Amino acid sequence: MLIAATLAILVVMIMATIRAVMGPTLYDRVLAVNMFGTKTVLLISLLGFVMGRPEFLDIAIVYSLINFISVIGVLRYSGHFTLKQSGEQKK
Amino acid sequence: MDTLVNISSTVLLLIGSFLFLSGGIGVLRFPDFYTRMHAVGVTETLATSMILLGLILHNPDFMVDVKLIIILLMTLFISPTASHALANAAIHNDLSKQKDDKPDDEVKPSNP
Repeated sequence: MLIAATLAILVVMIMATIRAVMGPTLYDRVLAVNMFGTKTVLLISLLGFVMGRPEFLDIAIVYSLINFISVIGVLRYSGHFTLKQSGEQKK
Repeated sequence: MDTLVNISSTVLLLIGSFLFLSGGIGVLRFPDFYTRMHAVGVTETLATSMILLGLILHNPDFMVDVKLIIILLMTLFISPTASHALANAAIHNDLSKQKDDKPDDEVKPSNP
């Protein structure tokens, strides 16, 4: 059952990658990358149980914090001029 | 008792996997940015809670349970914050005026 959940998470990560590549706007890409990061946290947790090493949960905690900081950093930067201009006027 | 815990863990993992797959299909097939955000929000709170609760019921070790509860609480605080910041940035940069047939850069959407 753990392996089935791992395979489902891998399929969803492939779907998020497709949306991040073909997403029409910038925010679709940020959304897909955020989804990919949270799914990576769960994938690390599940792989720790599949491989019999629950020490992977520490890595999952650290990855969750890194993912949050990266998304918030990109979005704070998008509030300023550069991403706003590239998202609206460079068509 | 042990059989009951195993069955409930399996059921929670199955519900979580189903919600993950439905959220992934929604991300691929929904027509707008905000509807895609709804699909991602389903996978980030409910499906993550289901998978982590299934893992908590799956293992008997106490410290591992504490770490899983820490991951669950951090996810439940972090993902709504990130979703709120993303929607806030999208609205402040007038995303609602942009439609799907006008890409922002050189990558063309294949079929919206």
